[in-house]
Amino acid sequence: MFYREAGQFKTSYAADQQLFPIRQDRIAMLALLVLAVAVVPLIASNYVLTAILLPFLVFALAALGLNILTGYAGQLSLGTAAFMAVGAVAAYNFQLRIPGMPVLGSFVLGGLTAALVGIGFGLPSLRIKGFYLAVATLAAQFFIPWLLVKVSWFSNNSSSGVISAQPVVILGFAFDSPVRKYLLVLAIVALMALAAKNLVRSSIGRAWMAVRDMDVAAEVIGIRIMRTKLIAFAVSSFYCGVAGALYASVYLGSVEADGFNLDLSFRILFMVIIGGVGSILGSFLGAAFITLMPIALDRLLPWAAELLNLNLPAGVTSMVQLVVFGALIILFLIVEPHGLARLWQIGKEKLRLWPFPY
Amino acid sequence: MLSVDNISLAFGGVKALTDISFDVREHEIRAIIGPNGAGKSSMLNCINGVYSPQRGTIRIGTETFRQMDPNKAARMGIARTFQNIALFKGMSVLDNLMTGRNLKMNCGLLAQALYLGPNRREEIEHREKVEHIIDFLQIESVRKTPVARLPYGIQKRVELGRALAAEPRLLLLDEPMAGMNIEEKQDMCRFILDVNDEFGTTIVLIEHDMGVVMDISDRVVVLDYGKKIGDGTPDDVRNNQAVIDAYLGVAH
Repeated sequence: MFYREAGQFKTSYAADQQLFPIRQDRIAMLALLVLAVAVVPLIASNYVLTAILLPFLVFALAALGLNILTGYAGQLSLGTAAFMAVGAVAAYNFQLRIPGMPVLGSFVLGGLTAALVGIGFGLPSLRIKGFYLAVATLAAQFFIPWLLVKVSWFSNNSSSGVISAQPVVILGFAFDSPVRKYLLVLAIVALMALAAKNLVRSSIGRAWMAVRDMDVAAEVIGIRIMRTKLIAFAVSSFYCGVAGALYASVYLGSVEADGFNLDLSFRILFMVIIGGVGSILGSFLGAAFITLMPIALDRLLPWAAELLNLNLPAGVTSMVQLVVFGALIILFLIVEPHGLARLWQIGKEKLRLWPFPY
Repeated sequence: MLSVDNISLAFGGVKALTDISFDVREHEIRAIIGPNGAGKSSMLNCINGVYSPQRGTIRIGTETFRQMDPNKAARMGIARTFQNIALFKGMSVLDNLMTGRNLKMNCGLLAQALYLGPNRREEIEHREKVEHIIDFLQIESVRKTPVARLPYGIQKRVELGRALAAEPRLLLLDEPMAGMNIEEKQDMCRFILDVNDEFGTTIVLIEHDMGVVMDISDRVVVLDYGKKIGDGTPDDVRNNQAVIDAYLGVAH
């Protein structure tokens, strides 16, 4: 009843091809942006900003990167964390070794370095597909962090292998407080999400999906498979690289290459799967789910234990958390294999009719 | 405009095509018929480079090729449909057709990420062309539907649309009417004739429905066991003893 596009007529293709063709969506998106930019910094505590919103945004960006590769171009990858590591270490080194390097510039260069590495590890995708490709990307996952630890030049010869990111100062303005960090990351992630959305609705995005859905037909149309796949690897790794740079320098402040392990890659893959494969929105929903769920369980479990008069030893809570988390993921995959983004879409379709049955 | 000369194709010991030659004239509808396994689809796959024949040449216009590759064929203006529908299942009808025009779009990656100015203009310009095809094929009502949700007959039509979107000079249709009921066949025949008439597209089609083949094609090639056994107008072919034998069998 409130969500109906009746009466909204498009009179030009430009109007029909805009980002949010339905008026209610435009209003909602605007409201969300106002909320994120103006309201959240006022009301959110430092804990919420640094422990929830910052990781959520950074992981959403990484999930977005993986979703471009896996969801849109159909190339399964388990090397996400490795590409993040490349971005993080490269951005750190660009700032360290080039005097006067602007921070944003180092993020972009970090992303570009990751893109180059991504192209390199994407080369096997020209010959192999699916699970076999995933195994090939595992090579990146094991090799890159190993290399970054082994060659101490990358961490500026720090004895522990930890890189301590430089303070983030842009045009003399220090992004040191949680609110400022949040706003910086929010701006970067929002712009990159917009760019990703634009890519997937343009010809390169259609080429990605064409290669994903039916590569022989794509080739017959004149799409160059090799080029399309490698661009997907490059763009995806660029996103992961920037996410890695933000992860290291804005979110954590100091990080060691070993932190970018297979575990992290899997977490980002879960975000994509739970959020929705092949959906920009899904990357955000998945990142929110995976970052928020452990925190929510952390809060809920002791409370539930109290309610049931159970006296749980300290270790059990974290164990139960893992069990519930795993069970939820499995449940999700069975109930809605297309992820939260599909649920959202179904909800919107239902909302068009509500409160009437049809 | 197209001629294939002495094409031979083998997979290991299996000879799919043996020494096939025929030509296609500008603006005609050329049918390839033959019993199952005669090598009809292999022939199309050779023409647009999905398979590489061991021997023989393919001439398009004035250029002669030892081997085609699918990309080159697309650039030369050859488009095709597949026997088993090969649409991009996860995309809408509109996006499938837009993908058909991919070769004609040349905005850079950065311009696409910004979606301003040139890229926006390009998208809208191609959208207009695609909408003409959507009108032509009468699939306006499903333009935003994901193709996987559409019924079979409409999917076949969308696949024809995707091939047409590339504005091909030569259109290869691999069993465009397979599995259709009589009305869908009539519609599809009408579309094929109209494409040939209105856009002047040369068409090579494979079809099993003899009624259709004899009605709409200008000339027919008949293959059997990878060999050419007949070539000519529908009437010639109908009275050709070798063709009759291949289809009806001979007494031993």
